[in-house]
Amino acid sequence: MAEKRSKPVPRPYQDTKAYWDAAKEKRLIFQRCLDCSKPQFYPRGVCSHCLGSRLEWLDSSGRGKVHTFTVSYRAPHPGFADELPFVIAIVDLEEGFRMMSNIVGCDPGIVRIDMPVKVVFEQLTPDIVLPKFSPA
Amino acid sequence: METLGRKTAIVGVAESDIGRVPHKSKFQLSAEASRLALDDAGLSIKDVDGLFTIISTQGGEHSSMLMAEYMGIRPRFTDSTSMGGSSFVAYVEHAAAAINAGMCEVALICHGSTNISDRGGRAGPVSSKTEVYGPMQFEDPYGISIASSYALAAQRHMHEYGTTSEQLAEIAVATRKWASLNPKALMRAPITIEDVLNSRMVSSPLHVLDCCLVTDAGGAVVLTSMERARDLKKAPVAVLGTGESHTHRMISQMPDYTQTAAAISGRLAFERAGVSHKDIDVAEIYDSFTITVLLTLESLGFCKKGEGGPFVSGQRTAPGGDFPMNTQGGALSYTHPGMFGIFTLIEAVRQLRGECGPRQVKDAELALCNGTGGVLSSTGTVILGRV
Repeated sequence: MAEKRSKPVPRPYQDTKAYWDAAKEKRLIFQRCLDCSKPQFYPRGVCSHCLGSRLEWLDSSGRGKVHTFTVSYRAPHPGFADELPFVIAIVDLEEGFRMMSNIVGCDPGIVRIDMPVKVVFEQLTPDIVLPKFSPA
Repeated sequence: METLGRKTAIVGVAESDIGRVPHKSKFQLSAEASRLALDDAGLSIKDVDGLFTIISTQGGEHSSMLMAEYMGIRPRFTDSTSMGGSSFVAYVEHAAAAINAGMCEVALICHGSTNISDRGGRAGPVSSKTEVYGPMQFEDPYGISIASSYALAAQRHMHEYGTTSEQLAEIAVATRKWASLNPKALMRAPITIEDVLNSRMVSSPLHVLDCCLVTDAGGAVVLTSMERARDLKKAPVAVLGTGESHTHRMISQMPDYTQTAAAISGRLAFERAGVSHKDIDVAEIYDSFTITVLLTLESLGFCKKGEGGPFVSGQRTAPGGDFPMNTQGGALSYTHPGMFGIFTLIEAVRQLRGECGPRQVKDAELALCNGTGGVLSSTGTVILGRV
């Protein structure tokens, strides 16, 4: 039997380990700068607004809305071939940060810009849980 | 602002064999294009003392060292700035600056790629890697691709401004008309707006005919001082104005999905050239996707933000239209080896020299080239003029 096709899997590193550890506990976390108070995503070792190093991690409510999206009919990686078509979206979280994710748990045809969504968690590997979104 | 003052010129341009060239390496394509461009200028490889190059994907590390070694040159100015398909347009700025500063005299910009032969086809998987290190771990696991990245921008533009798939298709149809006039173009059969709309959806709202080709190709451009250019084989084409910038690397970090860095690089190029939009006779705009062109025209200021759809309607950019654009057939229909920027320069120079036969834009005196790289991430803009 053919080996199950794998998908790209994040390899946590210095900047991102806390994020992936939290995701494993089904928490979506983000960084906020203690100097300039602005949120940022993706996680970095410094603030991308003021270059400060004093960053705190905060829990997100996981609620947001779709800023833009696409329905992909092509698998960029063999691991996605069984899921076509699938939705990639840019989601604005209510805490003021923005991230890429998939919209799952609905017909791709109903996804719209500004649609309210909420985070769900998908086990990608035994070690990695991937935050995704469903219609709220 | 101080202009570049017509102090540097493009004196040689050429492309290599293009299309599907499985028997030649990307290094050979780059070197052969270089030889042809130097021939075009009446110069030889011995004259080259500045090298500007980036080779795409595997085997492209340390590109300028690698290509210098391959072609037997020891440059005194070397640059492998890596900002995707716009790199070569940005290299014109770097080369002009280096020549003006006396740091090199003959600059060679070159590129070669075997994208189609490496990949075995347009629909082949982009990647088979499984472990993602670095910030792309916040995108790759969601199945992002280059086409999907550009589609995210297209969807947002449609939402904000009512842009339609028909308007995007106008660009593909007009570009194909130019390709039909170019014997070197790979896709020359006419297409209609309906053909584009009925073609397979890749990433909504982008259809396969909204997407560029994937080919093998090499290209090269030679620059030198205007003083030296006057003694060479062909009439020099002056570098009048240049600009470059980038706003992000990953599509999830794009500050505004309806505007590219051409808003910065274009403004710089126009200011430095001291010319205005209405002066431009021919535009060569990197068309990785139809949406790339639409966003670039707006960002460059050829029309207001949100008005790109109406601007390209009625086949305005086609042969006979009042805004001749992508006159060799573009990345959509002529060739696209993965980083197309250099081909915008090659065609602009040929148009300004009057070498384009049936696709010649009459009395073309000023041309604008704009390269876009990454995922709408980086741009280089160059304004060129007949001397």
